[in-house]
Amino acid sequence: MRAFLELIVGDQQADRAVPPTGMTARLTVFVAAVMAFLAIIALAVSLTTTRVANVWAEELAQSATLRLPADPATADALLLSALDVLDTTPGISRVRALSSDEQKALLEPWFGPDLPIESLPVPQLIEIVADGDGYDIEGLRARLSAQVPGAILDDHTAWRAPLVEAASRVRVIGWFVILLIGATVAAMITLAAQASLAANVQVIRVLRLVGAKDVYIARAFVRRYTLRAGGGAVVGAILGVLALQFMPQGDASGSLLMGVGFEGGDWLWPILIPLLSAIVAFFATRAAAFARLREQT
Amino acid sequence: MIELDKVSYGYGGTALFSQLSLTLAPGSFHFLTGPSGAGKTTLLRLCYADLRATAGKVRIFGQDAASLDRDAVAMSRRRIGVVHQDCQFLDHLSIAENIALPLTVSGREQEVSGNLQELLNWVGLGPQANQLPPQLSGGERQRAALARAVIVSPEIIIADEPTGNVDWEMSQRLLSLLVELNKMGKTILIATHDLAMIRSMKADVSARVLRLKDGQLMQAGSEL
Ligand SMILES: Nc1ncnc2c1ncn2[C@@H]1O[C@H](COP(=O)(O)OP(=O)(O)OP(=O)(O)O)[C@@H](O)[C@H]1O
Ligand SMILES: [Mg+2]
Repeated sequence: MRAFLELIVGDQQADRAVPPTGMTARLTVFVAAVMAFLAIIALAVSLTTTRVANVWAEELAQSATLRLPADPATADALLLSALDVLDTTPGISRVRALSSDEQKALLEPWFGPDLPIESLPVPQLIEIVADGDGYDIEGLRARLSAQVPGAILDDHTAWRAPLVEAASRVRVIGWFVILLIGATVAAMITLAAQASLAANVQVIRVLRLVGAKDVYIARAFVRRYTLRAGGGAVVGAILGVLALQFMPQGDASGSLLMGVGFEGGDWLWPILIPLLSAIVAFFATRAAAFARLREQT
Repeated sequence: MIELDKVSYGYGGTALFSQLSLTLAPGSFHFLTGPSGAGKTTLLRLCYADLRATAGKVRIFGQDAASLDRDAVAMSRRRIGVVHQDCQFLDHLSIAENIALPLTVSGREQEVSGNLQELLNWVGLGPQANQLPPQLSGGERQRAALARAVIVSPEIIIADEPTGNVDWEMSQRLLSLLVELNKMGKTILIATHDLAMIRSMKADVSARVLRLKDGQLMQAGSEL
């Protein structure tokens, strides 16, 4: 940590001792920027997926739908006994029969606005919202089948499970992508540092001859690449965040593709990424420099 | 200060010299002569741990050179000022910065301002201070190399052909600087083929003159 801080403060003389290399420097900054940009996008997708999946899972877990058979003759009686059963079930906080206007709105995407719903045998839907602890689903099913023949209780588990599963996969892939990006940065910095060490064999020899220790020489290279990787990543992270602002915004509970971005504590990440990039560069260059210096008298 | 004890060295299997012994006592002054290719530069490089002896022992400040780690080598080089035959400058830094380099790499930047200007004037490079090494003549570079070797006021000064490219007057001046330093107690070792220069110095300093030829190190005599 001290070595890291000393670096930021800097040693201009050590910096001057190694001549600057234009092309490697620009390419390093460029690649660091691109990698930070990609990391931001991957992080945003991963974090947003997690967030949306949590919201969905929570909402779906709390709500269920009861569907009553569409028989006009018995509809009213069934509705009454169903409501009776639900009202006496512990753990249910709210029960509401959908009005025919609401049911019509549900069907509208498929049949258009002119559907004469009153004259059709449409099953009656009842929305059930559980309270914090939830209710005993199997017990409720048993009572319903005894007292409300033909009623079907849908607690949404069937389509909640694969959704949560998919979200957790996206999250795992996202983190894996970020790991790969980190490894790529390390590899790229190592190559660039090796190239510039090799180009400066004579400089290193002279510095050794006048009594420079390895740390002094290594620091000149390490400082350079740490600042380049950090600086490039700052630019890339800013561009990444700007690019996310062009995503259409929507509330998080809506479609997965709406509102990809950072929220609250997530904003730590765009700040952390340049720092991580610099840390990776610090250790990669340091390792490359000491490996190289050991080979030279 | 530096001791070679039955040292052998060779490049790629063929021995350049073997069983060679030499002791540089504190305050001593040695000239090393010999034909080109005899191994003078090689012998000097053994003295500042730039090369490792293939056999025998090199002791630098009492420590076995073979047992020094890289940091210890750096530390002992800070106590030895070296004028390299090929100067060894950083071509992207000015002459002044090159001369100050031994101080800057050892964290003694604050001493630069005091010594540098005086030293530049001494070797007659005041006007060239801000030029780059490739812009200087061979003799000017050698003078700068000598200035760099002495800026840390080292205990030992090793110079490899320090007067190879300079005129008689300048070589006399550079040598008298070394004689001066020797009188202050510094240990000096100079490799040169310039016998005339050695002869001219003999009156001022009690120097031993050694001759390296065919892998043998001998006291020089008759040819002087
Ligand atoms: N790095 C090297 N690899 C292989 N052979 C070398 C190397 N350096 C020097 N030699 C050989 O070792 C021999 C001695 O070289 P050295 O430089 O020590 O001679 P010198 O006495 O300093 O000569 P000069 O007076 O010309 O400077 C030479 O034959 C040279 O070719
Ligand atoms: Mg030589």
